[in-house]
Amino acid sequence: MSLTMKASQATAYNDTVVRQFAIMTVVYGVVGMLVGVIIAAQLTWPELNLGIEYLTYGRLRPLHTNAVIFAFGGCGLFATSYYVVQRTCQTRLISDKLAAFTFWGWNLVIVLAVVTLPLGLTAGKEYAELIWPIDILIAVVWVAYAIVFFGTVGIRKVRHIYVGNWFYGAFILAVALLHIVNSMALPTSLTHAYSAYAGVQDAMVQWWYGHNAVGFFLTAGFLGMMYYFIPKQAGRPVYSYRLSIVHFWALIFTYMWAGPHHLHYTALPDWTQSVGMTFSLILLAPSWGGMINGIMTLSGAWHKLRDDPILRFLIVSLSFYGMSTFEGPMMSIKTVNALSHYTDWTVGHVHSGALGWVGLITMGSMYYLIPRLFGQKQMHSMRAVEIHFWTATIGIVLYIAAMWIAGVMQGLMWRSVNPDGSLTYTFVESVKATFPFYVIRLLGGLLYLGGMVLMLWNVLMTAFKGQATEVRIPAVAAAHA
Amino acid sequence: MEILYLLIPLSVVVVLGIIVIFWWALQSGQLDNIEREGERILRAD
Repeated sequence: MSLTMKASQATAYNDTVVRQFAIMTVVYGVVGMLVGVIIAAQLTWPELNLGIEYLTYGRLRPLHTNAVIFAFGGCGLFATSYYVVQRTCQTRLISDKLAAFTFWGWNLVIVLAVVTLPLGLTAGKEYAELIWPIDILIAVVWVAYAIVFFGTVGIRKVRHIYVGNWFYGAFILAVALLHIVNSMALPTSLTHAYSAYAGVQDAMVQWWYGHNAVGFFLTAGFLGMMYYFIPKQAGRPVYSYRLSIVHFWALIFTYMWAGPHHLHYTALPDWTQSVGMTFSLILLAPSWGGMINGIMTLSGAWHKLRDDPILRFLIVSLSFYGMSTFEGPMMSIKTVNALSHYTDWTVGHVHSGALGWVGLITMGSMYYLIPRLFGQKQMHSMRAVEIHFWTATIGIVLYIAAMWIAGVMQGLMWRSVNPDGSLTYTFVESVKATFPFYVIRLLGGLLYLGGMVLMLWNVLMTAFKGQATEVRIPAVAAAHA
Repeated sequence: MEILYLLIPLSVVVVLGIIVIFWWALQSGQLDNIEREGERILRAD
């Protein structure tokens, strides 16, 4: 029996792989954020490096970024994309075996990251630190993912492809392209390779990758999530389906050109920097199209925000998305960047998007998804969901406010010159002045981690109380297809 | 800036791909009756 025949005759959705990825999303969330809190503490009190090479900041930082982006974020995307594609296409995943392979393969990638990064094995490229054998594994898993996702869309029973699937599809294709191109390297040993690119050209490829990792992995993918879970939780359709299509095309086109804004005032040619700046500014429009569409979905139902903490997670995530996609274009302006580059303002901006947008939308979506995956009406404790929302939000605000102040202060201190032309401050003086803000940031991160731990407890209680039930695929009437 | 010899043709190919996919969507009726499609997910399951 061919793959498509078997899958199209299935009577129930494959929620097993969704369950697996959903649980791991929450587990890796705790892990990744815990490492984040550790490195935040190390920046505040360097003695916490403890003189142990495996625990030094330099080695733990990429473990943190990889864990939160690819383990937490990645599992969240796998879980929700597999759930959404099945339900919007009214068909089971095209291949249970391949889907299972993506689960175990992706977790193997994560385990390998946890082992190799503290050992100091690194390719030296931001958000692409994993050494070349792991890069190959990622590519293989990703091809399998693409086959499962697009294959399932291909055997859909509903003719129309829901907008969320377009975002997920673009995310999958773009990440494949970005990963393969940026990881091109010439190996010299099992653990080391030379990048196929050199100097400023390598920098350009790296930041074409880096910014599109943000644009496609952290934005397009999670917009796919947003376009399903907000309407479902709010019980209302997307505010303007037309807008969702328009801003989708604008977004995926514009993001590809924004990369150079990471390289302002470096050896990158001036005209390339200008292209990056210009497209980053244009990007504000399609980004806000998505934000407005999501938030306005609550039009006529704002009262639901009063009593529904899950909806609050989802809508507040969009507020942070809007903030970050305004802040980003501003920081892409060369003169602004001259102040912000290399400061903690960049860190604040990243975490506004990461904790505010990516974190909260994932949490809200998981709180919707997980009870249903275990045959429950709602999470074990809605009170805990409520507390989580507040600790997360307060944590985010403390984090980004501290980093804004620190960042602008650093930028101003570094550029301050005396009347005779000498620098007013030494570098170490700016480090010393940053100390209190690192303490506040650590506190914000601790609150955010605390909320995540509470979520893990709540998720495990819900899972143990519930039962993994099979959900039958509703018959699609001919008129609707 | 030799990397541009790779990046620009690659980007042109990507843009062509985007145009092809959009043209397919238009031709195959993906963009017809879209007001109803937003509500569909609330009806199913």
